[in-house]
Amino acid sequence: MRGLSWRDIARHIWHNPLSLAGTFIIVGLFLLALLAPLLAPHNPYATDPLNKLLPPSARHLMGTDGLGRDVLSRVLYGTRISLWIAFLILLVAGTAGTVVGIVSAYLGGFWDNILMRITDVFMAFPQLILAMAVAAALGPSLTNVVLAISFGAWTVFARLARSRAIAVREEDFVEAARACGAGHLRIVFKHILPLALSPVIVQGTLSMGGIILTAAGLGFLGFGAQPPSPEWGLTVSDGRNFMPHAWWVSTFPGLAIMVTVLGFNLLGDGIRDVLDPKMR
Amino acid sequence: MALVIWRVMTITFFVARGIPADPVGAILGPQAPPEAIEQERQRWGLDKPIYVQYARYMESLLRGDLGRSLRTRRPVLQDILQFFPTTAELALAALLIGVVFGISVGVISAVYPGRVVDHASRVFAIVGLSMPAFWLGLLLLLGFYYKLGWLPGPGQLPYWLPRPPRATGFLIIDSLLAQDWTALTAYLRHLSMPAFTLGWISTAAIARITRASMLEVLREEYIKTARMKGLKEERVVMRHAFKNALLPIITVVGIRLASLLEGAVLTETVFAWPGLGRYATHSFLSIDFNAVVGVAIFTAFLYAFCNLVVDLFYAYLNPKSRYM
Repeated sequence: MRGLSWRDIARHIWHNPLSLAGTFIIVGLFLLALLAPLLAPHNPYATDPLNKLLPPSARHLMGTDGLGRDVLSRVLYGTRISLWIAFLILLVAGTAGTVVGIVSAYLGGFWDNILMRITDVFMAFPQLILAMAVAAALGPSLTNVVLAISFGAWTVFARLARSRAIAVREEDFVEAARACGAGHLRIVFKHILPLALSPVIVQGTLSMGGIILTAAGLGFLGFGAQPPSPEWGLTVSDGRNFMPHAWWVSTFPGLAIMVTVLGFNLLGDGIRDVLDPKMR
Repeated sequence: MALVIWRVMTITFFVARGIPADPVGAILGPQAPPEAIEQERQRWGLDKPIYVQYARYMESLLRGDLGRSLRTRRPVLQDILQFFPTTAELALAALLIGVVFGISVGVISAVYPGRVVDHASRVFAIVGLSMPAFWLGLLLLLGFYYKLGWLPGPGQLPYWLPRPPRATGFLIIDSLLAQDWTALTAYLRHLSMPAFTLGWISTAAIARITRASMLEVLREEYIKTARMKGLKEERVVMRHAFKNALLPIITVVGIRLASLLEGAVLTETVFAWPGLGRYATHSFLSIDFNAVVGVAIFTAFLYAFCNLVVDLFYAYLNPKSRYM
């Protein structure tokens, strides 16, 4: 991780067609999410019982669902939900994990031991199962999806931030700051945190695909967004009811999930290649 | 390992009690009279102070008692043991698919790096990793069951076929024991789609690590030596390179084994597969307190067990790690 600047990473991605493609996909998705109200041909919530389960046509490019809602518009609005949720999870889990990791590294000894053992326990569960348990307990909703997934996702960040912070802790400039009379909080936030942050951000990009998949999975199982939300996982699940005939209701939102995750995985692959040239 | 399990149990307990959910309210419904709620709370021991609850909980866990499910009214352990073989069979079948296809694809693309085969398999791997299992399952059902009719739909056996007598809970073994060939073939046909759905993601992950690990080993000096000795290329690749490339592959296979459980939750929902994943989903949705804790502990246990197996494999394959 040391000695690699953001510029190296950017240059590598620029020269790698796959990760460049990933970057374009992600940028494109962000644009779609931002412009959804302008691009969506119909109101994603407007039901039209007379025109339900219409196959894809010029008027409804992805057909209509069981309530006559336009699938394309719902997929577009779903982009907003998925990206927003993934971003919030990264923010919550990343912040919590980084704080735990740095505090653990800084305090060392007994507290380090306790915090890391707790981290181990959270790592002992499959993410989806843990998220399901939390989401079930809190009640199904989008906010709770964020909490539920963060509940399992913070551990990676804690480990990473800790290992980085342990290295930084021993540096001379931390010693110098302490000699100048800086308090614990100041040392942690001003001197250690900025240096421990870049691996966390990289890990965040790598985790993005998995987080979106888990969130969609929760939605699919009924632990996440509730109707009439156009969340992708939920929409795929809804489409199962019309499966043999109206294949488009499930297929298009699922495709959207795949393309989004693919975008993040391609970009993540590029970043990983820079960090670990063995995989090339 | 025992220590990890104890910590898992403790944290699960406190997390489970700490969350603002009311299991009693969930069973009795919102209109239940207060006396009934109080009675039910006493019955489950929820009126006692938290440390008493904890002591009781640990004590019963040590006896192997996970409590009774509030939903099925049966001991949770009995439920888990009933549903687990079904999931295990699915997961092992999926793993088999993942290992066979993943390793073949990975080795082939490492032997021809930069060729069309390699690019195709890299794209396949990354697309595979990006696909939601539940969606893939639906597409397969749509194609092979609804449209083409080549494979049977959801479920384990056709509804008209009697289940072979339960001996182990593993349907393959049970039908072999009963020498019920009709059930066996019907079951294998039913198993194929869910197993493929679940195995697909593993295939991608295993192919990827196999390729990386093989590429690294193929650059070693001893591979050059082996080639210069005039050994056949297949022998060099399979005997000299592959054996040494196995360690990281085993790690990934171990990780996959654990995460297959996770995928099983989604796959079982799509294919109406009566396994642990579906049990977990239903228990979680109805906030079945003891079942949630039981399933969580059981999966953590499996996780730890998988790690142990991986470590043992490691020691077997790499004598160096036995002394570390």
